[in-house]
Amino acid sequence: MSAQPANPANLANPASRDWPLFEVFIRSKQGLDHKHVGSLHASDAAHAITLARDVYTRRQEGVSIWVVPSNAITASAPEQKAENFDPMASKIYRHPTFYDIPAEVGHM
Amino acid sequence: MYTQAIDVGPVDATASRSTTPQDDEFLKRIARDEKIEPQDPMPEAYRKTLIRQISQHAHSEVVGMLPEGGWITRAPSLKRKEILLAKVQDEGGHGLYLYSAAETLGVSRAELIDALHSGKAKYSSIFNYETATWADIGTIGWLVDGAAIMNQVPLCRCSYGPYARAMIRICKEESFHQRQGFDIVRTLCQGTPEQKAMAQESINRWWWPTLMMFGPHDADSPHTGQATAWGIKRITNDDLRQKFVDVTVPQAEFLGLTLPDPDLKWNAARGHYDIGRINWDEFRRVVNGDGPCNAERMHDRVKAFDDGAWVRDAAAAHAAKAAARYATSPDTRIAA
Repeated sequence: MSAQPANPANLANPASRDWPLFEVFIRSKQGLDHKHVGSLHASDAAHAITLARDVYTRRQEGVSIWVVPSNAITASAPEQKAENFDPMASKIYRHPTFYDIPAEVGHM
Repeated sequence: MYTQAIDVGPVDATASRSTTPQDDEFLKRIARDEKIEPQDPMPEAYRKTLIRQISQHAHSEVVGMLPEGGWITRAPSLKRKEILLAKVQDEGGHGLYLYSAAETLGVSRAELIDALHSGKAKYSSIFNYETATWADIGTIGWLVDGAAIMNQVPLCRCSYGPYARAMIRICKEESFHQRQGFDIVRTLCQGTPEQKAMAQESINRWWWPTLMMFGPHDADSPHTGQATAWGIKRITNDDLRQKFVDVTVPQAEFLGLTLPDPDLKWNAARGHYDIGRINWDEFRRVVNGDGPCNAERMHDRVKAFDDGAWVRDAAAAHAAKAAARYATSPDTRIAA
């Protein structure tokens, strides 16, 4: 790594404020869900779409883009992971593979 | 493009020793090869170390655009211009993926950019060498990106989820960079004697700085142990360097180029190539700010940022105006 001599003069123009953060979702092809691919800063939603196109679809990765302000997303709390999701581990009867179907019955 | 084998030590050595039950649980999760996500508990030293490593990596991508950007208008054909433009655009994108990953750890983009521009943050030493000839663009792709791939592939399995996901995306794109570089060098080698000589001269200058990208020898890398325990580093500097040499020597032979190391030879007993002594004095000089282009790179980077200020201001003004208009007529959310 190259250390630069610290030069306060370089900061005549500090990047003091960031544009709002947006989460980017891309539909990779018609018929599939939009999937989260990453995030970027933009001045507004229309700008975020433009930047997302340049950053996330340079190799035909998408046919449609959604952008969502990151602060509009509500997430489940990591510390509630166990109480939220562990109870399902014992409910294997919710899966079709729980049930034995006699071979004579064939495909069901 | 390019991580240096960033020999990042724990930001706070005492804090890195597991002390709390929560830290013990964290290390158990790492041992189980579980990914750590932004909202999960993590030791403060792990968080700070990752911010430093990921942001240094991001800075390297962004500064890495400069040595190549100057050749876009001088590339020898429209096809080469388009390819180089696409590559440099990729580097900007890689910087963005990595800044985003760093920001998930609770640091702002503005802080990171200010740290780069003030000289507080570091970036890969390789960008402080000059790109004097067109062959250098080929060499950077073939050797420098080739070395970067060696460094970056193991990072796709690193313990921090957002970093690992950014690296997967980057590695997918990086392969194009290496191949286009090899294609430039190969074309020169098949050209006139002068063109082949240009390729050879370029390799002569870049070979050793490329080997330095892997960082100090393992014996001189005191922080490797901690980074390994945290699941950030998977393969040591020397092992990665050896792997790179072993795959690159036959490629150079194919091209009919020589590598500027009289001690380079196959060691049948080890099953690897032996190499000569790396000039660590030069490495330290460039790392400490005294490389051929350190000042020029920072000057260009800061100038580009300052020159773009009016564009950022205009975009912000436009957004404010559009928001005011939208408040009176909230009909559509489809971007124009």
